[in-house]
Amino acid sequence: MSEPQSSAARLPGAPGFNLFHYASPQTFYPLAGRLLWPCWLLAAALCAIGLYIGFFVAPTDATQGDSYRIIFIHVPAAWMSMVVYLAMAFWCIVGLIFNTRLSFMMSSALAPTGALWAFVALWTGALWGKPTWGTYWVWDARLTSELILFFLYCGYMALQAAIDDPRRADRAGALIAIVGAVNVPIIYFSVKWWNTLHQGASVSLTAAPTMATTMLWGMLVMALAAWAYTVGAALLRVRAIMIERERHTDWVRQLAQGGGSRT
Amino acid sequence: MLSVFATVLRRDLLLAWRRRADVLTALGFFLLVTSLFPLGVGPEPEQLAQIAAGVMWVAALLATLLSVTRLFESDEADGTLEQMLLSVEPLAVIVLAKVCAYWLLTGLPLVLIAPLIALQFSLSPQETGIVCATLLIGTPTLSLLGAVGAALTLGLRGGGALIALLVLPLYVPVLIFGAGAVDRWRAGLDVDGNFALLGACLLVSLAVAPLASAAALRIAQD
Repeated sequence: MSEPQSSAARLPGAPGFNLFHYASPQTFYPLAGRLLWPCWLLAAALCAIGLYIGFFVAPTDATQGDSYRIIFIHVPAAWMSMVVYLAMAFWCIVGLIFNTRLSFMMSSALAPTGALWAFVALWTGALWGKPTWGTYWVWDARLTSELILFFLYCGYMALQAAIDDPRRADRAGALIAIVGAVNVPIIYFSVKWWNTLHQGASVSLTAAPTMATTMLWGMLVMALAAWAYTVGAALLRVRAIMIERERHTDWVRQLAQGGGSRT
Repeated sequence: MLSVFATVLRRDLLLAWRRRADVLTALGFFLLVTSLFPLGVGPEPEQLAQIAAGVMWVAALLATLLSVTRLFESDEADGTLEQMLLSVEPLAVIVLAKVCAYWLLTGLPLVLIAPLIALQFSLSPQETGIVCATLLIGTPTLSLLGAVGAALTLGLRGGGALIALLVLPLYVPVLIFGAGAVDRWRAGLDVDGNFALLGACLLVSLAVAPLASAAALRIAQD
């Protein structure tokens, strides 16, 4: 039984490969560069397919008409805003445990994209709310907790921006990201509880129970496109962060002199 | 460990006693903000009673936020904080003692003055009791979470606005459970749930916040 373990630890063709091989910016930089274009292309292709399904294949909703079609952007954005926060907290925990600089860089590279998704979800939600509920905003549990999630992203980014020392910025940001991740479910349930008490909006946000399969497919494809975009954007940003932070090292100097021959 | 706790608590209380004006600013802020609301929304008693709990809670949040930035500031300035970090005693206990002293100096006076404000907002005696009880359980949570923010933003530029952005989202559950109690009571519902949830928030933050603050202080003084 020890055979599979050793083969998993050492991949053929990569002598000395281990889990932390790509944990160093020097080795991760070219890898991120190679992954960049596939991510962008995948995102563009999936987005085109998803939008085609959303606009031309999916049937018109019986009650909401065509205005429901914003769901193909709204729901993936809302999903991603939550997934990205969890991913951020995950990288922060990894960084604090293994003391890897790259994990913190990943976390701070993800934050702006996550905030963007939260903002897109709020914005499209408002645009969707107007034709369906007759108002841009209701103090619904999901809307409110999405807004608070957006504030959590802002807090994380503001804290990192306020600290000049990258080491301190990483660790302080990690702490607030983890505290925030612990709080997100508590905030969600408290807001939900608050909402049931106040009965402010008697609008049921749960969509029609039997959703047409094509609608579901459109949403799924768009969600995958959002994933690909998020990974691509995070990799692009983490490359920039790596070069900025490691500008004193030899490998960045070589990279600059080589005229970017290494992708 | 208990003696460390008692020593730090006594020290902070004594220091505050020597500089009494500092302590009163948070209380003055709380009084002033709550007095501004009737001027802003109009003096109708029914309307005021309707918003009283929410106003008092939000004012309590802001008063905590304003004063908690000073929690570690003077200790950092005179080097005491460094000694605390170097001490063999657990830093979390020292932080907990500091937060306790801070709550006794700013949270508790706020709870004690709350009946007076409830009077201004024409709340009934029972409603006043509920608001004060929620504040009594809720304000320690505010102090504990505020300490994490204060430790994280120690010595940073724009500390005041930054701590608001960091800590206010975390205050949301406490605000909801605290301010919601009076509404539930008015609607004829049971308020036990609110108190239980506020107590749960307090216990969780009591367990986590001192450790997180201690970690944040070590990061800040690295």
